[in-house]
Amino acid sequence: MSPFERHSLEQRVKDLVFQAVAIIGLLFAVSILVLLLVNVFKDGFSRLDWSFITSYPSRKAENAGIIPGLAGTLLLVLLTAIISIPIGIGAAIYLEEYGRKNWLGRLVEINIANLAGVPSIVYGLLGLGLFVRWMQLDRSLLAGALTMGLLVMPVIIISTREAIKAVPSGIREASWAVGATKWQTIWHHLLPIAFPSILTGIILAISRAIGETAPLITIGALTYVTFLPDSVQSPFTVLPIQIFNWVSRPQEAFHENAAAGIIVLLLFTLFLNSMAIILRNRFSK
Amino acid sequence: MKKILLPALLLSFFLSCTSSENNTGNGEASDKQLILKVDGSSTVYPITEAVAEDYRAANPQLQVTIGISGTGGGMKKFTVGEIDICNASRPIKKSENDICIEKNIKYIELPIAYDGLAVTVNPKNNWVDYLTVAELKTIWEAAAQGKIMNWSQIRKGWPDKPIKLFGPGTDSGTFDYFTEAVIGKQGDSRGDYTASEDDNVLVQGVSSDDGSLGYFGLAYYEENASKLKLVPIDDGNESNGAGPIAPSLETVQNGTYAPLSRVLLIYANSAAEGKKEVKDFLHFYIENAPTLVKEVGFIPLQSNIYATVAQRLENDVTGSIYTDGHEVGTNLEDLLKTAKSDTAE
Repeated sequence: MSPFERHSLEQRVKDLVFQAVAIIGLLFAVSILVLLLVNVFKDGFSRLDWSFITSYPSRKAENAGIIPGLAGTLLLVLLTAIISIPIGIGAAIYLEEYGRKNWLGRLVEINIANLAGVPSIVYGLLGLGLFVRWMQLDRSLLAGALTMGLLVMPVIIISTREAIKAVPSGIREASWAVGATKWQTIWHHLLPIAFPSILTGIILAISRAIGETAPLITIGALTYVTFLPDSVQSPFTVLPIQIFNWVSRPQEAFHENAAAGIIVLLLFTLFLNSMAIILRNRFSK
Repeated sequence: MKKILLPALLLSFFLSCTSSENNTGNGEASDKQLILKVDGSSTVYPITEAVAEDYRAANPQLQVTIGISGTGGGMKKFTVGEIDICNASRPIKKSENDICIEKNIKYIELPIAYDGLAVTVNPKNNWVDYLTVAELKTIWEAAAQGKIMNWSQIRKGWPDKPIKLFGPGTDSGTFDYFTEAVIGKQGDSRGDYTASEDDNVLVQGVSSDDGSLGYFGLAYYEENASKLKLVPIDDGNESNGAGPIAPSLETVQNGTYAPLSRVLLIYANSAAEGKKEVKDFLHFYIENAPTLVKEVGFIPLQSNIYATVAQRLENDVTGSIYTDGHEVGTNLEDLLKTAKSDTAE
């Protein structure tokens, strides 16, 4: 006997309607994504070859390439991860496990949630004032990574907190019961169990850092660079800026370059995400 | 097993991160090459990019970096000495010049190309044969906001059809120039139009609605000529070519497509220009401008004007030729002549 037979006809109809709405929602989202991908691949696929990846920008669309943007994006994301992941996870552990749940804690909590919703251009202005001008980092990779680090940190903090919160309290209590310290409990039990969910937050955060352009333009990231960054103090450009520049050119050929650049950016994001998913699957076993 | 694996993995992750950070950090002391920082107008960007590309092939010792923050944004950085060269799609403003004086920054002004602003309508628009500057002013001035909404309000006999306006955003030099040339006061534009910093968006807007009108760089018209209808402009000045005139290489170069022809310039900081490599680059810029400007879709200056500009560069003539209000137009020859006699004194 199926469990549904106990429900009335009306309830079953409601159930079906809800299911239909959910499927339509899914189809809508997926079909827009597919449309976008088809469009981009149609325009850009023919431009995609090794010399496109390894060339510098050029006034001739067919000679132009993305190497400064690709290298800039890679290094920027790496630096952003180094800056934001330890601080973000650390902050979350403190707030969840050590910090007192008083009005100050709630104030911090509300502010972090708020920061996650602040428009990215505001972080750009903050980065320009704080890192570029006041700390005199100039328009460097480091200034960009610090700005991006601030931008993605709230996402990491919030998702890490949620992940730690989701660990059953029995695990904590069992660990304390056998005499483990607070730190031992966190390091050996809470973090390993929460790790897959933390990783999900990190994926979201890093993916956002890859695609952001506005704050980087504000802090003065360049468009045309003919050398690869050789230090954290190098001037730099990133892939989205290069793509934006090509999109705004009058010539059709540059629009194809932009599409090819978008494909590379997509593949890059896909690569990072699949790495994270592989890691997550290993640890959630 | 799981307990050992996680810390080990985390550790190796951070170790690999920090070691790669060290790697990137090691290079900073060695081979410090001279970097020439250029920023400013997105309109001028393709020209400077083309020059930098060709220059690099022959002279790899000078690294040129170019940013795009708009003429206004570039000038903000230029006037405080953060960059060496500013790409500008309009002459330096008096306020910007004042900051330069205050900060003791001397600059050399180099006109490098002409650009026309194209006024376009939808190809299905069969009533607009030309527009006068006065009519353009009626459409675009700040007072028109919320009032001039219909083609019939612009000229008698035009259909009772809503007008949809497309133009560049307020940060753009194109916006500054158009408002100055047509309305008479920089920035005095209505705000209720579709604004985009990306001219392709404007092209798309004009081509998708048959009551639309928009203005943007001539290069964008030429790449999309089949989707747009170019509107000739009558400035009411007989001495400057009678009747409505459409923008073309000739009419922009000889200044008869007035007042929507403009000069594109670069401003070089004198302190940077004093360095041999930079001066070399600027000479290369002027020498190759005639071919490169054309290649990226703009209109070159007359060859005798390029010669005068090169002379200015050679003699390190500082200051702007536009200081007494000649903000609009392309009568470079006269401007350069009077400027030359000024500095000779």
